[in-house]
This record gives sequence, C-alpha cells and structure tokens, in this order.
Amino acid sequence: MAISTILTVNGVKRTLELDDPRVTLLDLLRERLNLTGTKKGCDRGQCGACTVIVDGRRINSCLALAVSYDGANVLTIEGVAPRGHLHPVQEAFIAHDGLQCGFCTPGQIMSAIGLIAEGQAGDDPERVREGMSGNLCRCAAYQGITEAVLAAQKTVDARDRKEVA
Amino acid sequence: MNTFEYVRPATVRDAVAAAVQPGAAYLAGGTNLLDLMKGNVSHPARLVDISHLPGLDRIEDLPDGGVRIGALVRNADLAHDRDFARRFPAVAEALLSGASAQLRNAATIGGNLVQRTRCAYFYDAASACNKRHPGSGCDARGGDNRLHAILGWSQNCIATHPSDFCVPLVALDAMVEMEGRTGRREISLEAFHRLPDGSPHSETMLEPGEMIVAVRLPPAAAQFAAHSRYLKVRDRTSYAFAIVSAAAALSFDGDTIADARLALGGVALKPWRAREAEQALIGGRADTASFRRAGEAALADARPAGNNGFKIELARRVVARACALAAAGTPERLPALPASPFADTSGVAAHG
Repeated sequence: MAISTILTVNGVKRTLELDDPRVTLLDLLRERLNLTGTKKGCDRGQCGACTVIVDGRRINSCLALAVSYDGANVLTIEGVAPRGHLHPVQEAFIAHDGLQCGFCTPGQIMSAIGLIAEGQAGDDPERVREGMSGNLCRCAAYQGITEAVLAAQKTVDARDRKEVA
Repeated sequence: MNTFEYVRPATVRDAVAAAVQPGAAYLAGGTNLLDLMKGNVSHPARLVDISHLPGLDRIEDLPDGGVRIGALVRNADLAHDRDFARRFPAVAEALLSGASAQLRNAATIGGNLVQRTRCAYFYDAASACNKRHPGSGCDARGGDNRLHAILGWSQNCIATHPSDFCVPLVALDAMVEMEGRTGRREISLEAFHRLPDGSPHSETMLEPGEMIVAVRLPPAAAQFAAHSRYLKVRDRTSYAFAIVSAAAALSFDGDTIADARLALGGVALKPWRAREAEQALIGGRADTASFRRAGEAALADARPAGNNGFKIELARRVVARACALAAAGTPERLPALPASPFADTSGVAAHG
C-alpha cells in the first residue's frame, strides 16, 4: 500500500505516493525527484555529504525516512540560488578555494548555511571547525572551507543588518 | 534493510498499543535506528513513528524547581536552551560534545537513552555477539577491545554505553518517565540501564511496548550550576565517541567541598555513577590530592576486559581533571571545543 507523503522541496509543494517505507529522504531527493545535487557518501550519517536543511535545520538526509518527514519543508543545494545569483556561501567557497573535487561541497554548503543560521560560531575559526565537523572532505580543503564560512558569515550578517535597517 | 510495516499513531496510548507486539520498534529521530537497520543489526517488523506525537517536545520548568525534558526534544534544542544550559551546564556541554551538528538536530533525548553500543562486534553481523544473538558468544573478548569496558562487564559482554548526555544526567539523579500498557511509571536513570551479567541482550528496564516520555532533573541538580563540567577524551578532537569521559559537579561551603557528584562514560555498559569518589570528595578541600583520591576511589573495582588496561589510569586522570575543571568554575560560555581536553582550561593544571 502506497503511503501518501507531502513535502515542500525548494519552495514547491509535492504530494508523493511512496510504495516502500524504507525510502530515505536522500534517496527520495536523488532517485525520485532527480535532485542529484545532494550527495550519497557513506549513507550512514558519518560524512555529511547528504546534508539538507529541513524546517530550517541541517540534518543528514541519509538517516531520515521520507515518510516520517511528512509535512516538512526541505531546502537542498538546488534551492539556495533561486534567482540565478549564487548564495553568499557558494560565492565564498569559490573565493576561498573551499573545494577540490567537489563531491562533498553541496553538503558543506548546506551545513555552512545551517551553521550561520544557528548563530553559535561567531568569528571564531575554532567554533567554525567544530560546527562543521560533521562534514568530511577527503581532499582536505578544510582550511579553505573554514575561511569561506567565516567570510560568508560576514556577508550574511551585513546583508541582514541592511535588511533590518 | 528489511522491509517493515510503518505506523504513525496519534497518541502515546495508541503508540504503546502498536509497539507491544514482538518485533516492533519506536522511531523518533532515527539517527541510531536507521543506521542499525542499514547494517542489518536491527530488523524490526514494524516501525512505530512517534516523531509526530504532540506535547513531547517541551522543556518545562517544574513548580518544585526541577525541569522536565520531553522525550522528543532534540539534542541541539536542549543544549542551546539558554535557561537550561545556565542551570545544568555539564548536561549542555555533554550534549555538544557528542555526534555532529546535523545529528544533534535530529536525535532526540529519549532516543539518546536507548541508543545501542558502538562495539564493532555488535555492528558486524558476521561476529558472535550475545546482544544480537543470545548465547552466540562474544567476539570482543580476545578481539580488538581497546575501547571496551573496565567496570561492570561480564564474560558475556564487554561493550560500553556510548552516551555523553547520560553521564551528567546520572550524576545529577535524573529520573526517566515511561508509559506502558499499565500506565505511567518512573525510575532513576541510574537503574534504567542494565549491566550485562547473564543477559546482555536485555539492555534497559523498558517493558515491551513501554515508551520513554520524559527525563526529569530534580531541583537539587541545579545547585551545582557554578561548578559543573564534562570532560571527554576521544581519538579525534571532534565527532567521536568517548574513550573515557567524566561529569563532575561540586558545591562549596567556603573552601570545603559541601557536595559532589561524579559519573563516568565509556567505561561500562551504563553511565557509571561513582558514589565512593563523591564521598571521598565531600568535606575535603578542592586540591590535587583530593581529586587524585577521587580518581582512585572511582576506579577501585576496575579491571581490564582485554587490551584496554590503559583506560583505568586514563579514567583516574579524567576524573581528577574533571574535578579540577569543576572546582575552577563553570565558564561563562562553553569552550569552542566542548568537553575537550584541548579546550582552553583557563589556568587549570592539566595533570596537576
């Protein structure tokens, strides 16, 4: 029996008929919605390549059953630059060389967007490294990633101040 | 992963009724359960999804001064709740020293208590494990057991309980509230987890179908707020389970330790309350000699389960240092690396 599940993905509401309750949010995004920007690395919650933002919080989509997230609002890497302009975090990753092969990058960027929204790290590189420790980069672009997150945070802070003013 | 029946009850009562049948498992954050299912370690016939149940995601201040944490409160939400973290700083520090930000956003308080051991032989379906298959043996005995238990283990099982959160909780006399077929009951967290004696597959006091609905801290737990720390030694700086950890909470009468709470993680199949060490501290001064005696007392009954004898001396030092950190005072803000021995210790002697 199919299980009806409603998800809002990158602003679009979708009603999905799941024929199997085992489908993870990650597999749903990649295999059924063709949103392959979210990557499958370890598939066990250890590498962070599958990070997406659900209801404003970063999670590992590989350890989330899609049926259990009925009603949720999901943001993936495909949804962060809707008007063709790169997100400040994407721009910062390019400017600070925060990637090499690029496989972990969508997860890194979604995790960084989540970290900036959490507002716990400030301008402390140690807090950024700790807050990003759930995202592995086997090319070891960590220094660039930390610099990119710190720079993006400044841009987002400035933008938020401008919006408030 | 095996296939399963998926049910999503609307009330706790319906959830309990759905979970009573053999082979049923509760699903909340799923961060441990789905991992176990993917590894063919757990194969529930029915998943009872409790993540949508109303009313279980609140942090409530109680009239008596205690606090009640709903079972579905996410780890990150509890750790970042300012009022909670101010009153129970060692609990917040322990939470933030565990897992990753993504996992802390999904994992729940109730799920933390019932997470399974990370013993590699438990996770490897080809190994003998009395937890997975009662009576099959324990390949961790005589295997790669550097990280295994030094207290409370048996010939049947030498695994450890992996939780950080439970360590300060057990030190602070937390209670677990549960609902089952016969209604609600509560027991202390210290009594909630079982040691592996004869039946290591039976890990907690939960009856079939019984569900954790809340964890409660008593009012007395807040009296240690000014001197509470969690210290966790691990193989990586971040995102790793404890080799040994300790929660220390002190209160003072002048220069004298008026009361003390101490518990260890990573040493046994349950969060390990060290009452003899607490007694060794109470009435004494907060100095290196006292803290070393507390470490000796906490590990008096320890014995290696294999090639892990180093953990006994490590645990003595972790206890002494956690006490020194607690005595120095809870920091205004948690360090960048929560619970890490590499965090700035603000003048506290590392091995004094």
